[in-house]
Amino acid sequence: MSNKTILRYTANQRTNHWLVAILFICAALSGLALFHPALFWLSHLFGGGPWTRILHPFMGVLMFVFFLGLVISFWRANFFIANDRVWLRRIDRVMRNEEESVPPVGKYNAGQKLLFWTLLACMLVLLLSGLVIWRVYFSHYFGISSIRLASLLHALAAFVLVLCIIVHIYAGIWIKGSVSAMLHGWVSRAWARKHHELWYREVTRDETPASRVSKKG
Amino acid sequence: MASQDIIARSATTTPSPSVREQEQVAKLIDTTKCIGCKACQVACAEWNELRDEVGHNHGTYDNPADLSSETWTLMRFTEYENDAGNLEWLIRKDGCMHCDDPGCLKACPSPGAIIKHANGIVDFNQDHCIGCGYCITGCPFNIPRISQKDHKAYKCTLCSDRVAVGLEPACVKTCPTGAIVFGSKEDMKEHAAERIVDLQSRGFEHAGLYDPDGVGGTHVMYVLHHADKPSLYAGLPDQPVISPLVGLWKGVSKPLALLAMGAAVLAGFFHYVRIGPNRVEEDEHPSAPDTSVHEVDPAVHVYDPHKPGPQGDQRP
Repeated sequence: MSNKTILRYTANQRTNHWLVAILFICAALSGLALFHPALFWLSHLFGGGPWTRILHPFMGVLMFVFFLGLVISFWRANFFIANDRVWLRRIDRVMRNEEESVPPVGKYNAGQKLLFWTLLACMLVLLLSGLVIWRVYFSHYFGISSIRLASLLHALAAFVLVLCIIVHIYAGIWIKGSVSAMLHGWVSRAWARKHHELWYREVTRDETPASRVSKKG
Repeated sequence: MASQDIIARSATTTPSPSVREQEQVAKLIDTTKCIGCKACQVACAEWNELRDEVGHNHGTYDNPADLSSETWTLMRFTEYENDAGNLEWLIRKDGCMHCDDPGCLKACPSPGAIIKHANGIVDFNQDHCIGCGYCITGCPFNIPRISQKDHKAYKCTLCSDRVAVGLEPACVKTCPTGAIVFGSKEDMKEHAAERIVDLQSRGFEHAGLYDPDGVGGTHVMYVLHHADKPSLYAGLPDQPVISPLVGLWKGVSKPLALLAMGAAVLAGFFHYVRIGPNRVEEDEHPSAPDTSVHEVDPAVHVYDPHKPGPQGDQRP
């Protein structure tokens, strides 16, 4: 019998997240193939150099579209609150697994919120700059200076995005229970209270025997 | 040309073959001798088996209107009114300049798609080209073009196939006025110097050689009547350099970025090794009774027979 009784992510949200994740892996690997010669071998995963060049922008655009789904689901839960500032100031304690004196946070902690907004910014820059350097369809609408700037911004935003995702994946490995929350949807009460106490209080606030678990976030 | 004479190769971080010494070649285009007959364009198309589509007249003598994947060289005509109020017809044969420090090669992400031969010729290897167009982004002279037929990049090869067997490029062979000459870069500079002395003696005080340092010099050079203002000649860059944006995009930032990504992964690994995972104690014993919270919630279909009925909400 499972003790995981709080629904953190609905099936649609989980599906959406993993679609973005799969598309990110594809777009990132194909992009890294063109990012540095040392990684050009990754282009073989996509059927060679020309196929990598053909597929990469489509995977990127699709990733952006699905990411918008995540934004619509989660943007409200990512507004900063007063506790977030304190949480960030005590990030060193969080990193050492010493959370006793760290203030309670909502559905997302300040780190997750920063990640959310950084991802959104990166995705926007990647989309816009990516269109400018999409040679087959769009580049002829732009001057050479715009194309050069877009190439640079695209690589820069991709670099920041990849770093963010490395942090994101590691956080999932580090904080036990968060990957299964995204895979199956449910978390235990203890997990919710330990990591997201304000959210836990919110979802259990009007809890009576007949009440429902709130999905509000 | 032999593979041991490929001295630079796109997207390659180790040294290319550099043992053999070869003489640097150059093509010298004397704009002051050019009559705009376009024989060089025809010779180029013939030798390289190129037949561009017939386009439209845009009100100038430029024909076709621009370089393309099937037009590797093009006469560009400029009507320039000089300070004395006289019309000068400036005609420049445009095409790849074969830079000593080629921006296309620097930008290309596909190993070996762009190569530089020991004699200075910069060549595209369409077999390795992936069609991304980064060479266009990197080129300071706006030369490479992507074909809409096969999505490969094309440009003047300086007839590397002819030069390899001791022939001059097709455009040189056909030029009726001797405005295009070909030989070792040293000889071409010498030849240009003589021409410049002659031009200066005839009133073109700013006559000079166009062999821009910003790209390490070029293996296609111009003699210009107005070497002080190259941009008069249909926008020939006054001081061409690989754009700083391209330098930043393709320069030291990439290995550093790669290093940072690797470091982030390692940092995560060692955080796990030193600090370890963050577990919720109760989760490790899911069957142990948890008295801190009540477990009965019809919405989530969990029923604990040990704790029947509602219990007080034990919010912290």
